[in-house]
Amino acid sequence: MKPSAATLDTLWFQALSLGAIVLAASAALASAYRATAPAIAEAAQRATAASLAEVLPAGFADNDLLHDTVEILTVDGRSLTAHRARKGALVQGVVFPMRGKGYGGAIELVMGVDRDGRITGVRVIRHTETPGLGDKIEANRNPWILGFAGKSLADPAHWAVKKDGGEFDQFAGATITPRAVVAAVHEGLELFAAHRGALLDETAPGNEQAGITNEP
Amino acid sequence: MSATSETGGNETATNIPTETAAKPSPRYGTLMRDGLWDNNVVFAQMLALCPTLAVTSTATNGLGMGIATTAVLVLSNIIIAAIRDWVSPNVRIPIFIVLIASLVTLVDMSLNAWLHDLYEVLGLFIALIVVNCAILGRAEAFASQNPVKAAAVDGLAMGLGFTFALVILGGVRELLGSGTLFAGASLLLGDAFRFLELTVIPGYDGFLMMILPPGGFLAIGFLLAARRRIEFARERHRRETPAKLNLGEA
Repeated sequence: MKPSAATLDTLWFQALSLGAIVLAASAALASAYRATAPAIAEAAQRATAASLAEVLPAGFADNDLLHDTVEILTVDGRSLTAHRARKGALVQGVVFPMRGKGYGGAIELVMGVDRDGRITGVRVIRHTETPGLGDKIEANRNPWILGFAGKSLADPAHWAVKKDGGEFDQFAGATITPRAVVAAVHEGLELFAAHRGALLDETAPGNEQAGITNEP
Repeated sequence: MSATSETGGNETATNIPTETAAKPSPRYGTLMRDGLWDNNVVFAQMLALCPTLAVTSTATNGLGMGIATTAVLVLSNIIIAAIRDWVSPNVRIPIFIVLIASLVTLVDMSLNAWLHDLYEVLGLFIALIVVNCAILGRAEAFASQNPVKAAAVDGLAMGLGFTFALVILGGVRELLGSGTLFAGASLLLGDAFRFLELTVIPGYDGFLMMILPPGGFLAIGFLLAARRRIEFARERHRRETPAKLNLGEA
């Protein structure tokens, strides 16, 4: 059963055993990937739905936000999926993801904006900021992110952290992180202003195309 | 001939400070003692310092990393002990690495799929386990030379010792850095464990450096010194007690 020391020392046995192990490991990984992929996709979708609901006030919409979407183009040419929140036929607001450049990498957030251009809520979905410092942008660690609700492009006039002369707090030891979030949210508001017509489904029929703006 | 090549292999294998791996089946009590204190991964072997210093900004983070590492360590020890007779010493390192990396990926995917809430908290740490040299260290020093059951116990003991070290280190840093203990434990363990979350020093501004990487080095330095002191005291105690016993018998 057990191979002898002489066999263990031969080149063919070593190559064969290494190959067999790698083959078995990759087979295990491949089948595990197949087994978990649907569940992972479902979990991700559940998380998306939960985050969509989180940035909108309760009772804000009565439609299925997950499947009522519109594509818009950002300034740098990325396409972005916005979810429409409707009450009846009227679009009450939109929820869309934004990305900021934080201290430790990209900060992915989702923000909701109502039809008047006021923020209904902002949440950070994913980030790699310093634990204990930059992670205060998470809603369950610090209420800081809740302060965006109700703000719009005109209010405050200066979108910046206090250190830069604005009105948003920075954290002790972490300025880059909140600065990145403020900049990303501001960019999101500008994006909403630029694409308001398409986002609110108020462009003329047939014009409901990505990137076509309809200034109010 | 074969004997010399064997010792040669063993010499390259034991560049890690470790107990001389007991050839006769080791006792489980000894294994537990080794893992938790005498041969603790962090405090005695000084392995896995990279993930240790990186994640221990809070006690909760330390606990999460410790639990995930323990799971991988037990599994990898079991598998490696099971195939130890078929692994040629010359290719053992790539084989162990492939097994450990696959195992970590499997744990990562299963958590993501079936325990998504836990994954949101732990996900960050799981990929880091691949680079934890303590796991390869145990595969080398213990699992590859011992039966499956002993290897499983060794993995558990080493994992618990690692968890213990991480929680202590994280606790010290969290206490000094932000004045709390186990902040966010309910995110990791569920709402039932909310009682663990303590604000030890209310309104504490925080000694920020303790949460930053330099604080990790400082804290581990003092903890290692403390352990040396305890060991030193125990050693002196051991040297004095037998003399007393002899007196009593005489």
